[in-house]
Amino acid sequence: MVQIPPAIHNWFSNKGWAIHPHQQEMFNRAADPATLLIAPTGGGKTMAGFLPSLAELAEGQHDGLHTLYVSPLKALAADIRRNLRVPVEQIGLAIRIEDRTGDTSATQKKRQRADPPHILLTTPESLALLTSYEDAPRMFENVQRIIVDEIHALAESKRGDQLMLALARLQSLCPNLRRVGLSATVEDPEAIARFLARHPDPCRIIQADPGPDPDILMLKTHEMPPWSGGGAAYAIPAVMEQIKQHKTTLIFHNTRAQAEIFFHNLWLANEEGLPIGVHHGSLDRQQRERVEAAMVRGDLRAIVCTGSLDLGIDWGDVDLVIQIGAPKNVKRLVQRIGRANHQYNAPSKAILVPANRFEVVECVAALEAVGAHDLDGDPRGPGPRDVLCQHILIAAAAGPFDADALYAEMTAAGPYAQVTRADFDACLEFCATGGYALRAYDRWQRLQQQLDGTWRLRDPRAVQRIRMNLGTIQDTDTLKVRLRRNRGGKPLGEVEEGFAASLTPGDTFLIGGQIVRYEGLREMVVEVSRRADRKPKIATFSGTKFATSTQLSDRILRMFAQPDWPQLPRHTADWLGLQREISRLPQRDRLLIESFPDNGREHLCVYGFAGRNAQQTLGLLLTKRMEEIGLAPLGFVATDYATLIWGLDAVTDPRPLFQPDALRNGLETWLAGNAVMKRTFRASATIAGLIERNTGGQRKSGRQATFSSDILYDTLLKYDPDHLLMQITREEAMRGLVDFGRIESMIARIGDRIDLLRLDRVSPLAAPLFLEVGKVPVKGEAEERLLAEESARLLQTAGLEPA
Amino acid sequence: MNTLASPAESNEERIMNGIDFTFAGQRLTALGSGALWCAAHALLCVSDLHLGKSERIVRRGGPALPPYDSRETLTRLARDLAHTAANTVICLGDSFDDLDASDALASEDKSQIVTLQAGRRWIWIEGNHDPGPVEMGGMHLSDWVCGNLIFRHIARTDGRGEISGHYHPKVCLNAKGRSITRAAFLLDDTRLILPAYGAYTGGLHSTDKALTDIMAPDARAILTGAQPRLIPMPR
Repeated sequence: MVQIPPAIHNWFSNKGWAIHPHQQEMFNRAADPATLLIAPTGGGKTMAGFLPSLAELAEGQHDGLHTLYVSPLKALAADIRRNLRVPVEQIGLAIRIEDRTGDTSATQKKRQRADPPHILLTTPESLALLTSYEDAPRMFENVQRIIVDEIHALAESKRGDQLMLALARLQSLCPNLRRVGLSATVEDPEAIARFLARHPDPCRIIQADPGPDPDILMLKTHEMPPWSGGGAAYAIPAVMEQIKQHKTTLIFHNTRAQAEIFFHNLWLANEEGLPIGVHHGSLDRQQRERVEAAMVRGDLRAIVCTGSLDLGIDWGDVDLVIQIGAPKNVKRLVQRIGRANHQYNAPSKAILVPANRFEVVECVAALEAVGAHDLDGDPRGPGPRDVLCQHILIAAAAGPFDADALYAEMTAAGPYAQVTRADFDACLEFCATGGYALRAYDRWQRLQQQLDGTWRLRDPRAVQRIRMNLGTIQDTDTLKVRLRRNRGGKPLGEVEEGFAASLTPGDTFLIGGQIVRYEGLREMVVEVSRRADRKPKIATFSGTKFATSTQLSDRILRMFAQPDWPQLPRHTADWLGLQREISRLPQRDRLLIESFPDNGREHLCVYGFAGRNAQQTLGLLLTKRMEEIGLAPLGFVATDYATLIWGLDAVTDPRPLFQPDALRNGLETWLAGNAVMKRTFRASATIAGLIERNTGGQRKSGRQATFSSDILYDTLLKYDPDHLLMQITREEAMRGLVDFGRIESMIARIGDRIDLLRLDRVSPLAAPLFLEVGKVPVKGEAEERLLAEESARLLQTAGLEPA
Repeated sequence: MNTLASPAESNEERIMNGIDFTFAGQRLTALGSGALWCAAHALLCVSDLHLGKSERIVRRGGPALPPYDSRETLTRLARDLAHTAANTVICLGDSFDDLDASDALASEDKSQIVTLQAGRRWIWIEGNHDPGPVEMGGMHLSDWVCGNLIFRHIARTDGRGEISGHYHPKVCLNAKGRSITRAAFLLDDTRLILPAYGAYTGGLHSTDKALTDIMAPDARAILTGAQPRLIPMPR
């Protein structure tokens, strides 16, 4: 055991706190090159990470930057700064702590580079940006430790891959850098450890006591949940009652739209006027900050929120977590529940509120999985190469680089340890010349090799463009929403471009808990006015979509096979009985397909229970076959259980659709041309630097100068199909699409045991699918037919003759 | 999907269907490809080819986009010319993304232009991107009159029988919940505005003030695509 300095130890004792065993162990292991701590929320995780830094800095000998702290959220960095300053001041340590995020002022940032603090709290993007400056070696020369908070969340995204590349860079600048990762409970700690450590360094995993099992149950209400719908309006009185009984309640939703609707309904039912706030990623920053501040002060009794509050900001006195809608993923549920009750040894309290009867089934399956400690998750695979392309550009922005050295450096990053030199060279070639089969840009190469062999940017102005487009977060194109005023009214938040395009003046929708009326679009800003209506006309701007894990799907299928369902509430058991009566329940060795009309369109629901990826691939393949047969499909949506396809004509015979040869035939060309691939291309092309999000401060608008990334994709597909970005797009799409082998084995398993049931309306089980987000359009014959009908209708209305 | 973008259909789908209409006493055909065909004069008119755009972007420090745009645009034009057997070709301005881009064009693209020009009268109308003569065969004019029709790059407020380009018009329609966006011809009694023909061109919505100001209240739009469609111009 290593002695914690007395001043720090006394501070703990004076507070009446004991140092947790895992905090002591982290301290003992402080000299290790890499350590991963797995601890539940409230386990003093952050203090465990910082203790060694405080002890080393307490000696007062260190000059310059000592510890970097990286978190996925800007708000978290600011929160940690406040929380860390308290003990530092009370112990009387002369330690400078500052944060640096996208919100930090330019003067402050400049000063930090010249005169860095001892501890700098930042985000992956801000850190990558710091490494792009020429003076990075000087700023980082004395750094001893880096703490990566919420590493389980970062490891799931390209932000984490970028961070590990930045760490590889830092490690070259300061070879003695020690790494610490702080993680919530995860299913595969070894994978996170490999992700964090410098390859091939070992990384010790320290597991804190997970504490008692959470106290978690499903909400009992007098009202029955509806057949379908995501609003959970039926549960409002019961949720209100829970809010009254607790100090602070966090109410999680799966999508922003659901959060908005629920908050609106909750507010209408809030007769006592309890302070309740709403918080999600589409809201204006100032509005979010106001809610966060009110929460820290303990002024709020409840916060309706989405994943925007998933990560570990210390919100003080949360004593209840309510999850509205089925938890799509057991791991995320466990992490969310951890937000309640920050006392380490008391169980967290949580309530699940299913929004409809299918979700009752999902909630029961999730409760069984939590009870069995059965966490879910999929391995992520090697780091994507679009992030590597951006890393090469960042390196170039910092100054001339040697390709051999850069390659050696980046293969020390866990996610990129297996990258071959040929793969790296292809990325370098892409950054330098565009990497096209047609060598058109030799005169205008972005990177040029010097006589001494190093690579440098041809045009120094490119540095600015690289910095402005740094990062891997793919915000779907959103438009700001403002109140209409003479000189720009109050900003309310953002909506997706697609949603804005569907609005006509006079439409009302919910944002930030209030109903607004769409007035018009001006300079790419959605202008609205306030309305006092009780009900909005439209409430659907989509939000983050979580996929249900395969483990949950399997549990549900097993439940369906039961003759009756004693573990389910009566109404839900009755509902499943009804499905069995008017249609069927899906079975493992058969394929159930329902066909029914709804709202003027024909629908086909295919219950493959093959997981979202396979169902998505199936949707692409089936709509292709339908297009060939002339069934005019319009689009589809996939969940983990089923694919719902809609179109103009009814399917009466499923057999031609499921012939393996016909499905396989032309699969390649179809996959290449579909909307999922184009969406993937757009994301990767943006990260790799081919498409610039920011061009000198002005956002791309609908001007004729800009054109769709789809055009670039189509051009490459036709003239340069093996281009690096096309390879990356295929690799990335395959993370989301399952290869044809899985579909083939499903077809082989099912054989001709396909049951097509023709119903006169939507079945109980199919109804929830209508609420899924992530619909994929099919552009084909149906669009031409719709266009013909619409143009005929418009001409007739206008009294014009067809030409 | 980027709803502000121009149509994402593949080039093969731009087949040769057309819509006939009468403008300034002349029978004209709007082709699904975005070209305008005048059978009486065996004349094909295309606007805003923006040849050399990818090269110009990279020359000015922008990203290195796939350098196949000029080849793609000329391939489309070759197909329209083969189909219509036009004697006269009018490129309605912004044919080149800038004057340097015409010099920097790949030699295959230059020879493709020479091949297309063989045996045809070829008129380059000057545009704001290419305001001077380029080193290509054919006439270079600021505008050109043919009977009742006048061809120029940018529409004038006093234009009559005027055929122009410049704005890259596109139209967005909502058909049973499906939003469909296509490049489009805009048409009223006195003027016709052509959609952009070049591969790397975006569009300006017909609802934009620049277009609603210039087009008459009863203007119509013809959507490009496999089967062109006539509708009242959305505004």
